[in-house]
Amino acid sequence: MHRIVEIEDRVLETPSTVTWRFPYAEPCAPGQFVMVWIPGDDELPMSLSYTDGPSKGVTIKAMGSTTRHVQSLPTGTRIGIRGPYGNRFDLTPRRILVVGGGSGTAVLAPGAEQALRSGAQVTCALGATTELELLFAKRLTAAGARVEVSTDDGTAGTPGFVTAVADRLLAEGSFDAVWTCGPEVMMRKVAESARSRGIIGYGSVERHMKCALGMCDACSLGPYHVCVDGPVFRTETLLSLEEFGRTKRDPSGRRVPL
Amino acid sequence: MPDLSVELAGIPLRNPLLLASGIWGESGRSLIGAWDAGAGGVVTKSIGSRPRPGYPNPTVEEFDSWGMLNAMGLPNPGIAEYPREIRAARDHGVLVIGSIFGGTAEEFARLAREMATTGVIALELNLSCPHAEGFGTEIGSDPKDVEEVVRAVVREVKVPVIAKITPNAADPAELAVAAERAGAKGISAINTVRGLAIDTTLARPVLAHGIGGLSGPAIKSVGLAAVWQIYRRVQIPIVGVGGISSGEDVLEYVMAGARAVEIGTAVAREGVRVFGRIAQELDRVLSERGTDRLGSLVGAAHRGFEIPTADFPP
Repeated sequence: MHRIVEIEDRVLETPSTVTWRFPYAEPCAPGQFVMVWIPGDDELPMSLSYTDGPSKGVTIKAMGSTTRHVQSLPTGTRIGIRGPYGNRFDLTPRRILVVGGGSGTAVLAPGAEQALRSGAQVTCALGATTELELLFAKRLTAAGARVEVSTDDGTAGTPGFVTAVADRLLAEGSFDAVWTCGPEVMMRKVAESARSRGIIGYGSVERHMKCALGMCDACSLGPYHVCVDGPVFRTETLLSLEEFGRTKRDPSGRRVPL
Repeated sequence: MPDLSVELAGIPLRNPLLLASGIWGESGRSLIGAWDAGAGGVVTKSIGSRPRPGYPNPTVEEFDSWGMLNAMGLPNPGIAEYPREIRAARDHGVLVIGSIFGGTAEEFARLAREMATTGVIALELNLSCPHAEGFGTEIGSDPKDVEEVVRAVVREVKVPVIAKITPNAADPAELAVAAERAGAKGISAINTVRGLAIDTTLARPVLAHGIGGLSGPAIKSVGLAAVWQIYRRVQIPIVGVGGISSGEDVLEYVMAGARAVEIGTAVAREGVRVFGRIAQELDRVLSERGTDRLGSLVGAAHRGFEIPTADFPP
């Protein structure tokens, strides 16, 4: 059952990402997502970028015309929320490497904050196309994480892909777990690096969603349904799936390249 | 241990619990998941002539524990693409019933011919989706149309044809009679019950399509009544559908006249584990009643039943 709430705060995080905060009292955990209904338009699955307290948050990346329109909605707009759905990040590891690509960092940030509050050491490798697109680098630094960044165009941090930074950090330090979210090609590389070092990895994945209840099969990924079995999976599991990093299903259920 | 196996339109099933059409059936791997979890067979998503994305979201509204409203809009990959999903399931040994939907008898016949070549054990004709313009209930509410479609399909295929009929008609049993007359080897009853949810804050329907189909515990007695009335009018086996989530529910449907059942919405609540749980419960309720064979109870509630008069005796 959905609940109607008002967008109480709208923050332009980067030129292409917007965060909405809204009152929603349901307990939510890092890694989980909600279905966000924009009446008259669409209902979209969105991972929570803020999970604590009475005010939750989602961070929306402009992907196409729908998301661009959705981003432009002002404070006070009424939206419907149902959930939270899906599983959560395991917050027990004490030394965590967080590898976020682009807006993928939105999914990882609340878990990193919670882990830091409980005394864990969190190192973040955050990648973006360009400096202005770096998401939540300040937020995670303020929470006490060691943050290293990379940009494709070299405007900030290490030039190139974040996977190179992740590899270096993995070589330098010792970690109990790696969390990752971003483009699946990137996640695949991170998963392989974690595996080669015998470190347990978790990745949050995205698929087209309709019901979010484990029923309609739209988000099927191998034998799993991302909405109820995920969105967080062990990276070992992801690496074993033929579809991971290669295909998804379109709204009709056809398999199409990612 | 009681025997849960049943025969449906000449097909032996290890148990009567089928995955309902529309649930989990978009990918072959999901069909395998339901089978491995203990389903006696699986019904595919309804497949049409072309890929179809379905309606925009919201497509589903969940109510506390009593039901769910959906208007997916018959999303499916289309008959050209879908057979590979069926083959993946068939290669795993899954008994697959292929569901199809068309807008005319000719379209149904063409789809049936193609679906029948994929190794399905039977066809289920979707004559009952309550929320798709030009399909489902729109061509399944009139016995004449049902008869025409079933006749066109039966002519084309050797596998048994099951007609899934709508509860959203004046007399669902009349539709079943028409299907039997046209050569159907089974009846599935019921599809979802036409329903609506309105958000009163926004003063607008919740689902993008407005009208949807209600499923879950709320419709169990609607389905039971349909099965009951159909059982009294046809000889062919009935697949009971609607609000089943326990072994006791299955037994009710069987006693009303169902030979097998389809389970859908309950899968959303607990995943395909539901098949194993319901099979166990069925086993227990049969043992408690000292019955060693489920099949012997089909239609048991009709035996000796008569409608009493409501009038004072003359």
